Amino acid sequence: MAEVDKQALLQFLLRMGDNTLVLGHRVSEWCGHAPVLEEDIALANTALDLIGQTQLWLGYAAEIEGEGKSADDLAFLRDVWGFRNVLLVEMPNGDFGQTLMRQFLFDAWHSIMLGRLIRSSDRTVAEIAEKASKEVAYHLERSADTVVGLGDGTEESHNRMQAALNYLWPYVGEMFEGDAVDEAMVTAGISSDPGQLREEYDTLVGRVLSEATLTIPESRFAHKGGRTGQMHTEHLGHLLCTMQWLPRAYPGCRW
Amino acid sequence: MARPSVGEIWQWLDHVPDPEIPVISLVDLGIIRDVAWEDDLLVVTVTPTYSGCPATSVINLDIQTALREKGIDRLELRRQLSPAWTTDWLSDKGRVRLEEFGIAPPQPAGGPERCPRCGGNHLEKLSQFGSTPCKAQWRCCDCLEPFDYFKCI
Repeated sequence: MAEVDKQALLQFLLRMGDNTLVLGHRVSEWCGHAPVLEEDIALANTALDLIGQTQLWLGYAAEIEGEGKSADDLAFLRDVWGFRNVLLVEMPNGDFGQTLMRQFLFDAWHSIMLGRLIRSSDRTVAEIAEKASKEVAYHLERSADTVVGLGDGTEESHNRMQAALNYLWPYVGEMFEGDAVDEAMVTAGISSDPGQLREEYDTLVGRVLSEATLTIPESRFAHKGGRTGQMHTEHLGHLLCTMQWLPRAYPGCRW
Repeated sequence: MARPSVGEIWQWLDHVPDPEIPVISLVDLGIIRDVAWEDDLLVVTVTPTYSGCPATSVINLDIQTALREKGIDRLELRRQLSPAWTTDWLSDKGRVRLEEFGIAPPQPAGGPERCPRCGGNHLEKLSQFGSTPCKAQWRCCDCLEPFDYFKCI
């Protein structure tokens, strides 16, 4: 594989793995705090799947990087500017509704993206996608059901879900922004052009949000900078502080 | 010692219980994908159930312990992601034991066929997720007991 392609592949894998890592950590923050036991278990299971997928993506990223690092090294020893996740997944949990709205907006993209990646020319990417897509189908089923239940629920839950949608919608566009890394991935047959996922996404999200009696904001303005690493929100640094402190305070520690 | 046959090793592995659902074996679960000799090295190919399942490392350790106790000293475990694990690979024996244990076995229809306790068929889903990544929570409206359902994937 040509050197330039290898660098692009590494960036692509970091984007996939950092999305699942950061969202997995965010969701795990609910562990022991969710409104009811069933939801607590569901959130913890979702986080677990995402962290499992992270091990696969970042494990492969470390292999491509070829510097003898592990998935753990990439997760715990990179600083905030090294992360390539979209801004949406680093947004704070807010209330339960905001957490589930964020989950739904991501799951919808994730399921469509993984569906494409199953046909990737890169065998490892295709295999990870095949495995992950089965798990993500469940995530999407649950987050969509919950968004509908709360959106089309009481006046209070409806208002909170609409507020969550208004808050998070400006972070949706970044998932469909392409750059040179994506071009290289498309050329190599490894991934799809992110922009091409938008139509399917809008159909899926539009159907669920309409059932949830929620109104999608008109503006297509998109905050970006996460997946390129140009600029994350201040929230990511705080998240990493919690997530990384132990391996950084006790380098090389094992348990 | 004479090299044990692949068939014999499969039988040994069928006695290694799943760490979280000990009524079924790793072979019942369908995660052992291949057992093969490469000269004097025994290669056991294992596929994960869910990518983040915390039982995975325990399962690998249990396989190693069981086979080393049988005198296998050159052993390699290989992870295989594709084809992805499916509940279609659960053995018939495993499905029966799951139900006896109180876990409804997976059904292609996407929900349990009957309550594993009373056999009732008025059932409702409580959550897509349960006590382990491979299970969901359901409730029987006849006997009112909640129960685990082994998700069909």
